[in-house]
Parts: sequence; C-alpha cells; structure tokens
Amino acid sequence: MNNNTQKQSPLIRLDWIKERNPKLTIISLLLLGIFLYIADNRFDAYQVRVLNLCAIYTVLGLSMNLINGFTGLFSLGHAGFMAIGAYTCALLTMPVAVKDQNFFLEPINEVLRTIVLPYPAALLVGGIFAALMAFLIGAPVLRLKGDYLGIATLGFAEIIRIVITNLQTITNGALGLKSIPAKTNLWWSYGIAVFTTVFLVWLINSSYGRAFKAIREDEIAAEAMGINLFKHKVLSFVIGAFFAGVGGGLLGNLLGAINPLLFRFTLTFNILLIIVLGGMGSITGTIISAFIVTIGQEALRFLDQPFSLGFIQVPGISGLRMVVFSALLMLVVLFFRRGLMGTNEFSWDSFIGFFKNLGKGPGKPLSKGGTES
Amino acid sequence: MAFDVFLQHLTNGISLGSLYALVAIGYTMVYGILRLINFAHGDIFMMATYFTFYSIVIFGVPWYAAFLAVIVVTGALGVILEASAYRPLRDAPRISIMISAIGASFLLENLAIVIFGGRPKAFPALDFFTEVIKLGTVSIQRLTFIIPVMTLVLLYVLLYLINNTKSGMAMRAVSKDFETSRLMGIDVNRTISVTFFLGSMLAAVGGIMWGMKFPQIQPLMGVMPGVKCFIAAVIGGIGNIQGAVLGGFILGLVEILLIAFLPDLTGYRDAFAFILLIIVLLFRPTGIMGEKIAEKV
Repeated sequence: MNNNTQKQSPLIRLDWIKERNPKLTIISLLLLGIFLYIADNRFDAYQVRVLNLCAIYTVLGLSMNLINGFTGLFSLGHAGFMAIGAYTCALLTMPVAVKDQNFFLEPINEVLRTIVLPYPAALLVGGIFAALMAFLIGAPVLRLKGDYLGIATLGFAEIIRIVITNLQTITNGALGLKSIPAKTNLWWSYGIAVFTTVFLVWLINSSYGRAFKAIREDEIAAEAMGINLFKHKVLSFVIGAFFAGVGGGLLGNLLGAINPLLFRFTLTFNILLIIVLGGMGSITGTIISAFIVTIGQEALRFLDQPFSLGFIQVPGISGLRMVVFSALLMLVVLFFRRGLMGTNEFSWDSFIGFFKNLGKGPGKPLSKGGTES
Repeated sequence: MAFDVFLQHLTNGISLGSLYALVAIGYTMVYGILRLINFAHGDIFMMATYFTFYSIVIFGVPWYAAFLAVIVVTGALGVILEASAYRPLRDAPRISIMISAIGASFLLENLAIVIFGGRPKAFPALDFFTEVIKLGTVSIQRLTFIIPVMTLVLLYVLLYLINNTKSGMAMRAVSKDFETSRLMGIDVNRTISVTFFLGSMLAAVGGIMWGMKFPQIQPLMGVMPGVKCFIAAVIGGIGNIQGAVLGGFILGLVEILLIAFLPDLTGYRDAFAFILLIIVLLFRPTGIMGEKIAEKV
C-alpha cells in the first residue's frame, strides 16, 4: 500500500506523518469512519446488512487469498473453518436462556451452557479454534500438492460439516442455532476488515510474505533457497483459517441463524469467485471484488423475481441469479484470467499518477480499496 | 447378524460399488489425459438422469430407445463441456482450469435448478429392472444383478477400445506425453474429445442406473456421488481404469457394510469416504494400482 514510506520512515518517529501518502491513508480512513457513522445512523436495516456483508466477505476473501493467491495452496476448505468460527462465536455469545430455548430436542452440554463471553472474546476464540483445526489438518494434508490438496481440504470441510450435523448436544445438529445475538455491527465488521487488511499488507511485505510468494512461484526453487516449505505452508494455512474463523463468527452473529447447510461448498465457491474476480494474489483486488460481488448478488435479486421488460412480463425464475454468477466466474477465468487487478496493488503514487496522466488534478481520494465512501 | 441379511447387504454394496465404478472411470480417464479433476462430471451424471426422466415420462419414448439416446446426448454434453470450459485454457496454469471446472459444475447445477426446477422428481420405475427375484431367503431387485454385470461388460469393452484401437492408442500416448504425441501427428484435441465422450457416456449409464436404484432425482444429486467417485478413482490409483473400478467396489462395499454393522455411524456415512481418501493420500498417494510418478525439475 505504501511501499516507499516503509523504506524511509521508522514508525517510532512521528515525522512519517508529514509525508503525503500516510496522510492520504489517514484521511481516507477518517472518511471511511465518517461514512460508517452516517451509514450507521441514516441507512435502513437492509442497507446496513449489505454493507456488513461486504466487510465480512472482504475478511473472508483476504483470508482465502492468503492461502490460495499468495502461497499458491489450492485449498477448498474455507467453509469448514468458517463453520467452526461461526458455531463457536454463536454458542459463546448466546445467553443461557436462549441456549435452553434452542436445544429443545436434547439438552445442551452442561459446561457449554454456562459459558457466556463478550463478543470480541468470542470472535477471538472462534478464530483460534479454526486456526487450531487448520493446524491439525495442515500437518498431514499440506504434504499434498495441487488438486489433491484441493480435494483433501474439500473433504475436511465436508467432514467438519458432517460432525457438526451429528453433535446434537454441542451444535444442536441439523436444527442449527437460532436467535443468535445480533452483535455484528458496522464498527465491528469494518474494524476487523481494516485490521485484516493492514495485517495482511504487513505480512505480505515481511520476509514471511516473500517466502509465501516464493513457494507459490516455484516450490523446488524456494526450497533450494533455504525456505522451510512445510513451516511456511502451515503458517499461511493457519493464519488464513484464523481469519476465516473470525469472518465466520461475524457472519453468524450478523445472520442471527446458522445451520450446517449454510456451510456447504457453495460458500467456499462464493469466496473463490471473489478472489478470482479480484485477482489471485492482490489484496486490493480482493477488497474491490468483495464489494462488487456482494452488492452485485443483492442487486441481481430482481432476476429471481418477476420483472417486466417493457412489453413482455418475465416470470420470476428462482436460481437465475446463481446461473448468472457461475457464468460470470467462467467468463472471468476464460477471458480475464488475471482478474481485475492481477497481482497489482493499489498505491497512492500510481493512483495520483493515473489522474495526472489523464491531465486532471488528483481526484477525491477513495477510501481503502477504492470503494465508495 | 444372520447370513441372509449379510448377503443382502453384500449384494447392495456390490451394486452401489459398481455404480461408483462406472462414474469413477470417467474421472480417471480425464485425469489421466488432462491432469484435471473434472468437477463437472458429477453434474453430467445428474443431467443424464434428468434426460432419462424427460424422455420417458414427458415424451413417452420406450425405455431402451430412451437409454440409447440419453447415453449419446450425455456423451455429446461432455464433449461440449470440454470444448467450452477446458479447451481455451489448455496452456493456462492448472489452478485456472480447476476453477473453470468448478465454475462449469456450478453452472450446470444452477441451470438444472432453473430448467428442471429445484423440487425432487420421481424417476420412472421400469418393471424389467425393478422386479424382485427371490433367491432362497434373499429377495433382490433384478437391477442389483444387472448393474455389476453391466459394469464389468462395459469395463472390458472400454479396455478393448483403449488397448486395440487407433483412438485408444492415441489416448494412451496423449496421457503419457502431450507434446510428443502432438509431434507424432496425433490430433490431441480430437483425442481429448473422444475421452470426454466415452467418460460421459459411462457417467450416463451410471446416472440411469442410479436413478432406478434411488428413484428420487434433484439438481444437486450429482455432487455427493461425484465427489465419492473421484475418491474411488484416487483410491484405485488415478489414471488407471481397472484401479477406478476396484476403488469403486471398495468404497461401495465398505460404505454399506460399515452402516450394516455399526448403525450408530449412519450419520457419518458421507464423512467416511473422505476419511478413507485422506488415509490413502497420506500413505499411498498414487493409490492401490497407480504408478509412482517422480517430479521433474
């Protein structure tokens, strides 16, 4: 995001604030804050929900991009990690009365019943559980390569889902959880999205990040350069799973009701669509396409309902929306293989340079990831 | 457990295993030649059951004619899929082709939901197949016998095609080395189309039989069998046709017998195949009958 400031300015001294790029970054974060404040107070519930979803999909897309785009591990297990995060977070934030109401078929596990944690702690625990699971899975599975890894992680996600369906006293089985406290608000989701972005930018530009990219480009060459393949792969997998768990927790407490069917492969597919559309290996691209895909999925809802084309009445066909989306994914892969951004990143220098080249002055700075604010 | 109950489960397991085997052959052929998991294979299988349903129930075609037509049409669908989703990406990185395969799979599923409707439909029951035969104390549908026999017959026909015809020789050459076979004057694209045609035809046979065995069809019915058949192909050693059949039989038998002996685990039925897959991948990544592949730098 701001490569040149990292080179020149130690963060301890405050003179970095005087430079142009950090200033612009701070201004755009402030603008984002103001926009969220307005949105929080003025927008209706539906719009707020869509905005929340945008931020959550940003977190999820970034976490999957770390594993798939930056480290080059073809992992399809994201829905499983999200399920762990969502269930953990939901169960830890539900008050005892709500838990009793939910578990009418079989009583809930006695220990679990009494534990109630504040929301941030529950999110953190959800993420840690997902990361732990990734660590356990990663140790054996990350020895596999390419599509074998994909199918094995897909298998694990499916196993997690089946176990959740069958653990009646812990997860309420196929009935799922209802009336989960609606703790997710714009501040939490965008706060975590910004934190994830900053953390990933830092990670990608650190020596670890360079090792990840080296593994993506050529495993054998990376190993020859002295990079410990297994350690770095597990690290990337675990960090990705942590953020997937946190994102799952945010999602669960936003939706208010979760069940095992929510965490099918379709969910992983949605996130895959986001990172492919944005560009595998671009943080900026993931953020932009998380917003495009989420808002697009809402905007295309009219396809599922009856609408008129002036002279003919088109009956509503439920499912047409998903046809459009899967066709879109294929078109992107077939014709724009690099996605929106390829592996490029947003930087203020190139952004301003772009406007200068157009012969205009620098425009209003966009907020993080160039989305509207 | 009484012996006749055991026999009942055994025949069930064998016929389920043969269905897995039929579909697994398609996966293994495509993987052998393109090094690609054809994620859409399970959905081609689903399309075949819907084609059968529509031709018999809606258009009233006699079943034998319907079967033949469906098998050919499904084979053509496989060829179209390859030409539109995989051929443009022949030189692309593997991950792009995989994503295209996943996209194609979702496209077929969602198209099926839009065209055929999301509600499950009842597959027509054909007396010739569903008639119950009594063998001593065991009573079995005729279908349960037909499926394994047909699988073995089709396996031998396929092996004959691959080992004794020119197209088969081209397929073996392309799966060994893409570039060299192109240099030797083999039409690689045509060979790959033939592979998809054969694989999809077998998936169609599997789909028709599946529809008669489990007569409730819906647009997402191909997902689980698809993944399981891929697992069967991996267990047997991917790229190896006999291996895929063996893997299918193993998977089907173990799945049925496990539930028969340990009914408590019924809820975990689908998880079982994945556990088996992970064990096989960890201890014998090339499967039971696969060859060892050394990675070239």
